[in-house]
Amino acid sequence: MATAHSRALARLMVSPSVILLLMWMIVPLGMTLYFSFLRYNLLMPGMETWAGFDNYYYFIQQPSFWIALTNTLVLVLGVLCITVIGGIALALLLNQPFRGQGIVRVMVIAPFFVMPTVSALVWKNFFMNPVNGMFAHLAKALGFAPLDFLSQAPLASIILIVSWSWLPFATLILLTALQSLDSEQMEAAEMDGAGWLSRFRYLTLPHLTRSITVVVLIQTIFLLSIFAEILVTTNGGPGVASTNLPFLVYSQSLLSFDVGGGSAGGIIAVILANIVAIFLMRMIGKNLDA
Amino acid sequence: MARKTSPTRQAVVTVAAWSIGFLIFLPILWTVILSFKSETDAIRTPLQVLSAPWTTASYAEVQGRSNYGAHFMNSVIISLGSTVLALLVAIPAAWAMAFQPGRRTKDLLMWMLSTKMMPAVGVLIPIYLMFRDFGLLDTRIGLTVVMTLINLPIVVWMLYTYFREIPSEILEAARMDGASLTKEIVHVLTPMAVPGIASTLLLNVILAWNEAFWTLQLTTSKAAPLTAFIASYSSPEGLFYAKLSAASTMAIAPILILGWFSQKQLVRGLTFGAVK
Repeated sequence: MATAHSRALARLMVSPSVILLLMWMIVPLGMTLYFSFLRYNLLMPGMETWAGFDNYYYFIQQPSFWIALTNTLVLVLGVLCITVIGGIALALLLNQPFRGQGIVRVMVIAPFFVMPTVSALVWKNFFMNPVNGMFAHLAKALGFAPLDFLSQAPLASIILIVSWSWLPFATLILLTALQSLDSEQMEAAEMDGAGWLSRFRYLTLPHLTRSITVVVLIQTIFLLSIFAEILVTTNGGPGVASTNLPFLVYSQSLLSFDVGGGSAGGIIAVILANIVAIFLMRMIGKNLDA
Repeated sequence: MARKTSPTRQAVVTVAAWSIGFLIFLPILWTVILSFKSETDAIRTPLQVLSAPWTTASYAEVQGRSNYGAHFMNSVIISLGSTVLALLVAIPAAWAMAFQPGRRTKDLLMWMLSTKMMPAVGVLIPIYLMFRDFGLLDTRIGLTVVMTLINLPIVVWMLYTYFREIPSEILEAARMDGASLTKEIVHVLTPMAVPGIASTLLLNVILAWNEAFWTLQLTTSKAAPLTAFIASYSSPEGLFYAKLSAASTMAIAPILILGWFSQKQLVRGLTFGAVK
């Protein structure tokens, strides 16, 4: 079937996607890289001068960079822990037969379809608000002083909000994986007297390993660039207490107009994401051969 | 599941699953409930909220004051437009890669995927400056193009995993039976490709509808879709709980319904075919 003619046709069919993506990736990324070596402020157009590695130096040197980097990692790891452990538990529970399975499943998946700005504002106002929020009402009813979540524990609150959005994703994927678990093997193990814990440890968990890896890696990609949730809840504050790397780049370049410094931050974010991406690509690449 | 389960165990599982499901769903449920209350009732204690009279006043007010319909239409146009554009570019590519795989097809697919891994902040500044210089800031066209490009890799990948499952023997059989190329496309290929294309479309509309980085950066008012419109409630004046709830409910309802229909495709699409 593969004649020279059809080969050429195939190439023609693929090329629009390739060219578009190439332009989308190479051109702006190249510009960011170029800007990152310039002294370039939007308030002083036409005054760009070569800065060498100064932007990188100043970006890394400022205390808020290290805070933002730590926050980024805490945010990613915190959400990952909650969603993976919660997801496994929830998937195991939902995989049991019970009345109304379909409805519960639909309820559990729902948060994934809620847009980030809505989920953040719903949590911020209806639940975490220190005066009118549900948590505050609950605390008062139990005789405690209500907590102002977003100013007293901003990062933890954002982790909670983001985990709520991503728990359904982890649960859904792990549940799909659980359903392909060989139930005969399970029964055999049970018959041989294997307890619940050892069945989980030696049968279920190994079966889930691949799906867990996929969940971790894909979530990491999205979690590294969380932005909307921070913008509408804390705006990065108080101070920089809930600023992550994307938010720092945004506030430096588009709010403080420092294009050079922001670009250096953008390149650092790209490098960070690439380290993660390499692992993910290997995983998916392996699957492609299977 | 042929395994015997004791009634006690079944009862425990049922109660646990329902309570956890309810807790996870509560923020959405509560938003819907608040949207049907008056502003003064919406900030009372939960029990008082539940017993307060129901009203649809907030829905009318959101539409009247903020031109909600325009933002809704922006969301529809941008998410649907970018998905259709991406499909037009991706269908031939995925088709060629699935049926005429060359030596470098796999590398090409991996490279496309890698563009998806690039964090948006890495290209934010040049894109923002280019949009400013070309007058594309706060335009639906500009945002649609960006959304097309950020979702193109997922669209190509998803279509590829679906097309790859169409057995090429069927095409050969049709050709042996003397089907013309047009007949082959209309009667053999299209029916087999449509389900895959439909699921891709569904997933991509959901992703584009909820995208909240570029929509917040590149739009302010005219072209602002719902994600950006809702964000304007982050610095509100006066009582706004019921209005925020009404706006939120309308913003998430269509996608929630679409999403519930697309659970299976979602797993497959978001894991690039690694979990089915």
